[in-house]
Amino acid sequence: MSLEVFKYDNRIVRNFAFATMLWAIVGMLAGVVVAFLMAFPQLLESIGLHTEFTSFGRLRPVHTNAIIFAFVGNGIFTGVYYSLQRLCKARMFSDKLSYIHFWGWQSIIVLAAVTLMMGYTTSKEYAELEWPIDILITIIWVVFGWNMFGTIIKRRESHMYVAIWFYIGTFVTVAVLHLVNSFELPISFMKSYSWYAGVQDALVQWWYGHNAVAFFLTTPYLGIMYYFIPKAANRPVYSYRLSIIHFWALIFIYIWAGPHHLLYTALPDWAQSLGVVFSVMLIAPSWGGMINGLLTLRGAWDKVKTSPVLKFMVVAVTCYGMATFEGPMLSLKNVNAIAHYTDWIVAHVHVGGLGWNGFLTFGMLYWLIPVLFRTELHSKKLANTHFWLGTLGILLYAIPMYWAGFTQGEMWKEFTATGQLKYGFLETVTNLVPFYILRGIGGLFYLSGAIVMVYNLIKTAKQGSFEEETEAQALALKDQEEHGAKHWHSWFEKRPTQMLIGSLVVVLIGGLVEMVPTFLVEENVPTIASVKPYSPLQLEGRDLYIKEGCNSCHSQMIRPFRSEVLRYDPQDLEYSKAGEFVYDHPFLWGSKRTGPDLAREGVTNPDAKWHYVHMLDPRSTSEGSIMPAYPWLLEKQLDTSKTRDKITAMRTLGVPYPEGFEEIALDSLQREAQGIANELKKSQINTYADREIIALIAYLKKLGTDIKVKDK
Amino acid sequence: MNVIIILIGISIVLAVLFLTAFVLAIKSGQFDDNHSPSIRILLDEKQNKNTSN
Repeated sequence: MSLEVFKYDNRIVRNFAFATMLWAIVGMLAGVVVAFLMAFPQLLESIGLHTEFTSFGRLRPVHTNAIIFAFVGNGIFTGVYYSLQRLCKARMFSDKLSYIHFWGWQSIIVLAAVTLMMGYTTSKEYAELEWPIDILITIIWVVFGWNMFGTIIKRRESHMYVAIWFYIGTFVTVAVLHLVNSFELPISFMKSYSWYAGVQDALVQWWYGHNAVAFFLTTPYLGIMYYFIPKAANRPVYSYRLSIIHFWALIFIYIWAGPHHLLYTALPDWAQSLGVVFSVMLIAPSWGGMINGLLTLRGAWDKVKTSPVLKFMVVAVTCYGMATFEGPMLSLKNVNAIAHYTDWIVAHVHVGGLGWNGFLTFGMLYWLIPVLFRTELHSKKLANTHFWLGTLGILLYAIPMYWAGFTQGEMWKEFTATGQLKYGFLETVTNLVPFYILRGIGGLFYLSGAIVMVYNLIKTAKQGSFEEETEAQALALKDQEEHGAKHWHSWFEKRPTQMLIGSLVVVLIGGLVEMVPTFLVEENVPTIASVKPYSPLQLEGRDLYIKEGCNSCHSQMIRPFRSEVLRYDPQDLEYSKAGEFVYDHPFLWGSKRTGPDLAREGVTNPDAKWHYVHMLDPRSTSEGSIMPAYPWLLEKQLDTSKTRDKITAMRTLGVPYPEGFEEIALDSLQREAQGIANELKKSQINTYADREIIALIAYLKKLGTDIKVKDK
Repeated sequence: MNVIIILIGISIVLAVLFLTAFVLAIKSGQFDDNHSPSIRILLDEKQNKNTSN
C-alpha cells in the first residue's frame, strides 16, 4: 500500500477560463451587432464600416461560431480540465497535450473568425469552416480526447463519477459528427464542395446540427452541472441513480432526433416521423436531468438567496428545462408548421444559449476563479448586478422574439376572404422591426452583464494569489483493487507509444467504416428528368451566394402548404421536390426566412435589372427591406480561375457534365455572362460582363426554372 | 436516400458502442454504489473555503 502524492494542473484551467471570458465578449458583441443590423440594415453604412467583410451574411456565422465553439467550447474545457483531474484523482495525462490543446483551439477560433469574414464558408450551419480548418479541428479534438482518456486510464479513483461519462459521450459523438458532416471535396485551398447533395446533404447537416446542440452545448454542460452545482452548494446531487439513468437515456435518444429540423421539407416522410418520435421522447431524460439539478438544492434554497454562483446555476437549469420542453413541442409537426423559418426558433436557441450555457458558464467562473486564486470574489454586488442584467437581457431577448416568430408565422398563413394571401412578404418583415430593436437591447443588457463579470473576475484574480498546482494524495488504483485484479487497459497504461498507435488504429477504422459506404453510395432520390446541372456561370453565382451567406436569411424550400405554394410559386402551386436538388453540393435550403424563399426566384422574378438594382440598394426596389446592400458585387471581377476545377470536381461528385465540358466551361461562362450584360444594357444599365453580380443574377434566374420546362 | 442508411448505421454503431460501455461499466461494478460517489466528490483534500460565496 502506497499513498501517492501528486499535483493538479491549475494553469490549464485558468487559461481556458480566461479564454472563455475573452471569447464571451467577442461572441456576444458580434451577436449584438448582427441583432441591430436586422433592425437597422444601414447601421454600418452610416458609420462607414459596411464592407464585404462586415455584412450580415458573413458576421452571422462569426457570431454563432464564436459563441458555440469559442465561448462555450472554452467553457467546456475549463470545466473538464478542472473537474476531471479531481474526479480521477490524477493530474492531466500530459501537460504538453494540454498546452497543444489550448493553443490549437485558440488558433482555430482566430482562423475561423478571419476566414468567415473573408467569405470562406461551406454554408453548412455551425460547420461553416473550410476543409483545412476542419482537419485542424479533428487533430485538436483527438489531442483533447487523448489527454482525457489518458487521465481516465491513470486515475486513482475506480468509480467514474457521472460527469466523466458525459465528457466521454461528448468526445466520441462530436468526433463522429464532425467527421461525417465535414465530408467534402477540396477544389482549392479554402474551397470545397460537400460530398453529399440536396436532400442527403440536408439530412447529414441537420443530423450534425442537432447533435452539435446535443453533444456540444448539452452533454458536456450536464457534466459540468453535475460537478459544479454540488460543489457550489456543498451538497450531493439529489439522486445519483437518476443522473446515471439521465446520461444513458439521453445519449441513446438524442442521436435520432436530427430530422425534426427538416419537417415538411423534401425529406421523406418516414424519416421526418422518426425524428419527431425521438424528439418527443427526449423530454423524459432532459427533464429528469433538470429536476435532478434543481433538487440538488433541496434544503439549500437559503444559500441561493445569498450566493450569486447558485443564482446563476438555478436560472441556467431552469432555462435548460424550458428549452428542452419547448424542443419536443417544436418537433410536433403542427407547431413546427408555424414556428419553422421564424424568430421563434431564434428565441428557442437563445433560451438555451443565453440561459443554459451562458448562465452555467458564469456560475462556474464565479465559483472557480476565487478557488484558483485562493481568495474571495472581488464584489458580490457586481455579481448580483450581472445576474439581473443577464436575466433581464434574456427576457428582453426572448419575449419579443417569441412574439415576432408567432406573429410572422401566422401572418404568412393568413388569407383574405377571397382566398388571396393577406400580407405581402415584406409586410411581415417590416412589422418585426420593433421586436428586433427590443431584442438588440436585450442583447446589450446581456453583454454589459458579461463585461461586468470580466471586470469583477479580473479584480478577483488580481487580489488573490494563483495556485499553479494543487497538491493531493490518493492510493494508487492497483492498491485499492482486491487480489490485484488486472484491468484490460493496464497493458496500455505502461506503454504510451502502443497506446498512441492503438488510438490511431481506432480512429482509422472509424474513418474507414464511414468512408467505404459513402463511396458506394448510389443516388436513388427520385430524379426529375428536366432538372439540369448548373451552367458554369450559375455555379460561380451559386458559390457567391454561399460566400455572401445569402442562405442565412433566404430559404430555398417551399413547404407543401397552400400559403407557401401560393406565395412562392403562384403559377403552378408546386412545392419543393427532392429531385430538384440532386446537383446541389451543398444544399441551400436555409433554416430562417428573414427574406423570402428563393426556390422559384428564377420563375417569379427573372428580371436581371431588378436584381442588379436590388443588390446595389435593396430599399430602392423593396421599401423598408432589411437586407444589406452588396455594392461590391457590382464592382468586383468574377474569379474564374477555378471554374474548370469546379466542373471537374462536380463530375467527381456525380453531377453529369459531359466529358470534356470543363474545356469549354469558360467559353460557356463568358457567353452567358455577355447575354445577361446585354439584357441589363437594354434596361439602361451599363456594366461589364465579368462582374460578380452577373454570375449571381445568372444563378438567381436559374432557380426553380428547370421544373417549369413543360410550360415553355 | 441512401445516406440515411449510412447515418442509421453510424448511429447504431454509436449506440452499440455506448451499450457495450454501459454493460461493461455495470459488470465492472461502476454502478454498484449509487450513493457514496455523489458525496465523495465533495471531499477534496483541501476543503475549499468558499464552497458558496
